[in-house]
Amino acid sequence: MCLAVPGRVTEVAERDGTLMAVMDFGGVVKDVCLEYLPDLAVGEYAIVHVGFALQRLDEESARRTLDLFAELGLLQEEFGDPWEAARAAKEAGR
Amino acid sequence: MKYLEEFQNPELARGLLADIRATVTRPWALMEVCGGQTHTIIRHGIDQLLPDEVELIHGPGCPVCVTPLEVIDKALEIAARPGVIFCSFGDMLRVPGTDRDLFRVRGEGGDVRVVYSPLDALRIAEQNPQREVVFFGIGFETTAPPNAMAVHQARKRGIRNFSMLVSHVRVPPAIDAIMNSPDCRVQGFLAAGHVCSVMGTGEYPELAERHRVPIVVTGFEPLDILEGIRLTVRQLERGEHTVENAYARAVRPEGNPAARDMLEDVFEVADRAWRGIGVIPASGWRLSERYRDHDAEYRFDVHSIATCEPARCRSGEVLQGLIKPHQCEAFGADCTPRTPLGATMVSSEGACAAYYLYRRLGTPAAPREASPVG
Ligand code: SF4
Repeated sequence: MCLAVPGRVTEVAERDGTLMAVMDFGGVVKDVCLEYLPDLAVGEYAIVHVGFALQRLDEESARRTLDLFAELGLLQEEFGDPWEAARAAKEAGR
Repeated sequence: MKYLEEFQNPELARGLLADIRATVTRPWALMEVCGGQTHTIIRHGIDQLLPDEVELIHGPGCPVCVTPLEVIDKALEIAARPGVIFCSFGDMLRVPGTDRDLFRVRGEGGDVRVVYSPLDALRIAEQNPQREVVFFGIGFETTAPPNAMAVHQARKRGIRNFSMLVSHVRVPPAIDAIMNSPDCRVQGFLAAGHVCSVMGTGEYPELAERHRVPIVVTGFEPLDILEGIRLTVRQLERGEHTVENAYARAVRPEGNPAARDMLEDVFEVADRAWRGIGVIPASGWRLSERYRDHDAEYRFDVHSIATCEPARCRSGEVLQGLIKPHQCEAFGADCTPRTPLGATMVSSEGACAAYYLYRRLGTPAAPREASPVG
């Protein structure tokens, strides 16, 4: 139930005095309360939990993280393929 | 956002694993706090891909699992009353109380409804003014702001037939309690990313300093988890103990100020019992005085509840990271997600259920359960 998923705002509207949005979660569309992120705009992404947008997803941070990961990705040439190696080792040990 | 898809990238995962392998020189025990992270770790076999030196201990971060039996029994009693519509998140339905669960109460005629959001429960209250609508308000700091908003709106809009049975829990006091336990083996924490999306990171430096333990705010994708592990191991190897944020795309240092203000308005910090663990001081929230009219504990005088846990269930030890689920004798035999003895087998975020769902091999009872019997 702690699951919080990223979604994209497709529509913003007020309902019953509450700021609401329609958000798209990879094809699934849901109503989401924007009271905690009132300046979230159409086209932006946010983390949504039980029908509430709780934090804007920061594209710049996402890119930086990926750049860093990509840099680390170069290491694999040096260390072979730990993913498969680890699996094989654990399997053999069992 | 075009970058989101890339967080599943196996190439990047290999890189992160290579870096962890290159860094680690001796054994370390890390705890992932959140049940959502446990789920990802077991589902993707991350614990098996890590070098042997890095052990992951599964933390108590599943709100469904730690909701105390007494509160579950109260919920069951309220839900069974005529005139009540009892609304809950779906994963509470099968959580065993002393002698039944919400699912059973519904089967026996109780009006138990599953909602996606607490605002759905509020709407049900508006549409049924002659009925008492009770929402089961559980969860960590991530779920507390949505629940707080529902109560706040009920008060503001005069929806008097709406009340909440509150059993909210807070992560930092739990980390403190885990570190204070004499059996504690944890040397570093992957803190729960979405909790920090709301609360920010301000509560952690003091804990990291006092317990001399690295705390790395970590997300939920496999790559996020590997990155959290990488940063924690790097700190441990260097003898550091600071707070780092490995989930910056969704966590700002200040969290979500509007949500935190609402939490302060609607809730007050209280001691809270955690199922299987016991009372942890200041580890929960209850409705503050001002919202007492919407507090189901006051509205429904629920007393003389005698609770009784099945003696064989070792979920307390599982929740504290003292044993792994398959070390419990009942695991996979008498205790399965369909017939759970403890709450950790109910929620998909519970460690017992995660092991059962994704780790069939290597556990004695698995082949029997895997065969198409029923
Ligand atoms: S396997 Fe079942 S009985 Fe054993 S600790 Fe987990 S929930 Fe309790």
